[in-house]
Amino acid sequence: MLDGILSAFFLQSGYNATLVTIGACLLGIAAGTSGTFLFLRKRALISDAVAHATLPGVAIAFIIMVFFGGDGRNLVGLLLGSAISSLIGLLAVGWITKYTRLAEDAAIGAVLSVFFGAGIVLLTVIQSMSSGRQAGLEGFLLGSTAGMLFQDAVTIAIGGVIAVLAVFTLRRPMTLAAFDPEYATSTGQNVYRTDLATMGLVMAVTVIGLKIVGLILIVAMLIIPAVTARFWSERAEHVVILAGLFGGAAGYIGSAISASAPDLPTGPIIVLVSFALFCVSLFFAPERGIFSALLRHRRFQLLVHRRQGLLAIAHGERIYDPLTLSTLRKAGFLRADGVATDSGAAQASKTLRDERRWKVARGIYQDDAVSNLYDGLTPIEAVLTRDQIAEIDRHIPVAKQVDGDR
Amino acid sequence: MQPAITLATEYGKAVEIAASDDQSPLAIRELTVSYGEKPALFSVDTVIPAQSMTAIVGPNGAGKSTLLKAALGIVPRLSGNVQVFGEPVEEMQDKIAYVPQRASVDWDFPARVLDVVMMGLYPQLGLLGFIKPSQKKHVMECLERVGMAEFAERQIGQLSGGQQQRVFLARALAQNADLYLLDEPFAGVDAATEKAIIAVLQSLKENGRTVVCVHHDLATVADYFDHLLLVNIRKIADGPISEVFTSENLQATYGGRLASTHIDQLKLPAS
Repeated sequence: MLDGILSAFFLQSGYNATLVTIGACLLGIAAGTSGTFLFLRKRALISDAVAHATLPGVAIAFIIMVFFGGDGRNLVGLLLGSAISSLIGLLAVGWITKYTRLAEDAAIGAVLSVFFGAGIVLLTVIQSMSSGRQAGLEGFLLGSTAGMLFQDAVTIAIGGVIAVLAVFTLRRPMTLAAFDPEYATSTGQNVYRTDLATMGLVMAVTVIGLKIVGLILIVAMLIIPAVTARFWSERAEHVVILAGLFGGAAGYIGSAISASAPDLPTGPIIVLVSFALFCVSLFFAPERGIFSALLRHRRFQLLVHRRQGLLAIAHGERIYDPLTLSTLRKAGFLRADGVATDSGAAQASKTLRDERRWKVARGIYQDDAVSNLYDGLTPIEAVLTRDQIAEIDRHIPVAKQVDGDR
Repeated sequence: MQPAITLATEYGKAVEIAASDDQSPLAIRELTVSYGEKPALFSVDTVIPAQSMTAIVGPNGAGKSTLLKAALGIVPRLSGNVQVFGEPVEEMQDKIAYVPQRASVDWDFPARVLDVVMMGLYPQLGLLGFIKPSQKKHVMECLERVGMAEFAERQIGQLSGGQQQRVFLARALAQNADLYLLDEPFAGVDAATEKAIIAVLQSLKENGRTVVCVHHDLATVADYFDHLLLVNIRKIADGPISEVFTSENLQATYGGRLASTHIDQLKLPAS
């Protein structure tokens, strides 16, 4: 098994497997980068409508090609048909959203199901045709790479390269349309046309991906890499690049795994690999990952307890909170019987002084950046210069008096 | 002296526009905008003088923001036309910088402060142009002017409301425009930000630029602005603050929504 995966990984598993692996990798890069803009524009779901709307086109193209005596399975013809019908589906979503009171999600649901239903009916019709039995059009549902030809791989490669180049060219207008469409319009950009271009890209990727992953799962290749990449970066252009890398890696690894054993479906395996990358990112990404967030929260919580505990010691108050007690004990500020150690007492009075300084500082620098930095935890030395602190200290005896007066 | 231009309107009323208005930074004529069948703005005419600081003032739902958006083509115009420095607005978009409402975007977008301000340079960068060091320097100067230079590398989601507003202003500054249109720049910002923004706007005016703000705080209108447009679906009045900012006009704009005691507390230069 592992041998099989490794040999597929190094493109040693035979001609067909090599074609599929390279094709899936290119498709993953193209889908990941173009899907990112859909995700950033918060219109990820529309790719589902685009994908499902390809099915009637595939079926009709087959029927037409057979009717004129040609080979119904000609890939270019089938892809052309799928492109036309997904364009119609896309326009239908746009039209419903614009001219009726229905929101886009309702329009997507309607178009997706109607087109898919029509496609399935047409497939049944084809099954009953004399030349239809071997058509193998069901392969477009979940992808089928078994009989992939060299020209199929070339079609995917060319389409993928064009899609990546288009993303590179349109990155600025697409970023601006996603972040702030009204501002984009004010600079003279035609946001409607930018959106059309984005949709066109997604449609192109969907159509070239039909053969490998199929129309039901292509959405995963468009969206999961973008969502995965978002965990790792706070810059749109890096998210796009990372999404391409994640998509390409999922395509490559997924098809290598599926080539390692007979009857492992390529498309679904690619999606599962993509999902695995997503899970790793979800948990382990440095800033936005779940573990990092939990860790940050825990560290913050302990800081708060430590500060509150030290202030309580300084004020001679009793501490009841078990977490505060254990935090202070671990830091060596508190003995087991609850009496402050020498270092605890010293730290407590230091903390109290910091708190008093902050109080004065917030009075002096009202409405200023300094007050915004006050979170009850940051030591004032980290924010103000020594001279500023000396200035503040001159105010403190006065502040004490006010406290005493009350 | 050029001859005056006469525009016939569909209501048969002729509007004479003096030749000097022709070069106004923003001349709006017979502008009507509707959402569905309900007009949001009806037949609004106004000419913004060059190098002025103009406030657009009116109650909620009066169409103040819509006026800016329709002038810029963000919402479609039902009728009317908009000219910028004597040319149709569509041809003059490189002369205009728009500052949208802060709440109109998702601040969790993957971008740093620097990236957002850089967006102001997109029209001049084109599709494939690379960012030159001089352009990066210009962006940093714009951030400096709004006091946000030290936040350049910060993720925009970590900013406070006032800081977000300043980043939007810096993006508009980066465009180096002649006409600045701002939608409620002072809404929900801290006092320090309000001071910083008004200082930047005043320096723009002193450098010969024209500034138009949708404004909601009647108490500061007379302090910040020198020209006023009062709207409530229709135009109520426009002109220099000293002539237009009167209790009669405010009553007409706000109707019963503004108590007369409130009006009495305002510093009305004209009364």
